[in-house]
Amino acid sequence: MRAVAALAGLHLPLLLGVTAVDATTFAVAAVIVLAGAIGVVVSRNPVHSALALVMTLFGVAVLFVEERANFLAAVQVIVYAGAIVVLFLFVIMFLGVDRSEDVAAEPLRFQRPIAVGLVALALIGLLVLAEGARWATGAPSVAGAARGQPGGNVAALGRAVFTTYLFPFEATAALLVIAVVGAVFLSRKPGASRGGPPEAAATEAGTEPEPAPDRDVPGEGSRTGSPTGGEPEPAGNPVSSASGPSAEPEEVSR
Amino acid sequence: MSVPGQWYLALSAVLFSIGALGLLVRRNVLVMFMCVELMLNAANLAFVTFSRMLDDIGGQALVFFVLVVAAAEVVVGLGIVVAIFRRRRGATADDLHILKG
Repeated sequence: MRAVAALAGLHLPLLLGVTAVDATTFAVAAVIVLAGAIGVVVSRNPVHSALALVMTLFGVAVLFVEERANFLAAVQVIVYAGAIVVLFLFVIMFLGVDRSEDVAAEPLRFQRPIAVGLVALALIGLLVLAEGARWATGAPSVAGAARGQPGGNVAALGRAVFTTYLFPFEATAALLVIAVVGAVFLSRKPGASRGGPPEAAATEAGTEPEPAPDRDVPGEGSRTGSPTGGEPEPAGNPVSSASGPSAEPEEVSR
Repeated sequence: MSVPGQWYLALSAVLFSIGALGLLVRRNVLVMFMCVELMLNAANLAFVTFSRMLDDIGGQALVFFVLVVAAAEVVVGLGIVVAIFRRRRGATADDLHILKG
């Protein structure tokens, strides 16, 4: 009860010391962030969800600038809005899942009320903690001060990452390599690593029958085309047939 | 004077809650991934806010690592989604209703 009263009463005196520019920036960015987040959740179309996610990420980048984390704001825009959301959109378009989902349908009874209840409980807990908790122990910082460092925010962050957090930084390099290898392994066709012809592996798995004939067409065309088009050539000149497969499709096309 | 950190923490909590709610109620796997991104962004906002409140660059360094982990998670997760799509022609996480008697 005391925390709730603090939540309501503590904001008013704090409001007096805030400059108008800071308050306006925070308010606008917060509205953008929350509108984008709600758009992600309630959009029927996954493409609209991805675009709303871009909105939220830009709002968070504005808040980072407001908190003087300039490098992270730039990275937020470049990595999140520039790479991750594009990856999302690419997968959505690639898989063709951009049709609308029936948001109103509820396969499990009581799933939504329970979810809303749990989330409301967690939100109240988080707000009380954010308002009332005093977790700072007063111990000196490990990685250095955030403000007033020579070179500004970028230099301070770089100094922290490359000295104090050097080992985690190297570990993230290993993590990224593992993620790339895992993504390649996951997106490969099943059974394609055995050295067999890829079309045999695809038909064996029975997963994607459409691309397999497409891949067969140039090989089959050259195989059927060379005996009919250049009938006397293999007997007279075996060197040209062994010269390379790159010469064959040109012959066929002509 | 800048905006107090409690406002940022409250905004971060609301953002996290919206992401968690979306993760719980949506059934499209891609939208669920986007909600995970919302929750990661809420955590990043809280980290940067604590970094400013305590005047410690460590919070921003941690956000740096969270970004890397989020990128790796999205890459692997979308790879899994593509693999599931190849097998099942659908990315809807509603098979739980089979458990209904």
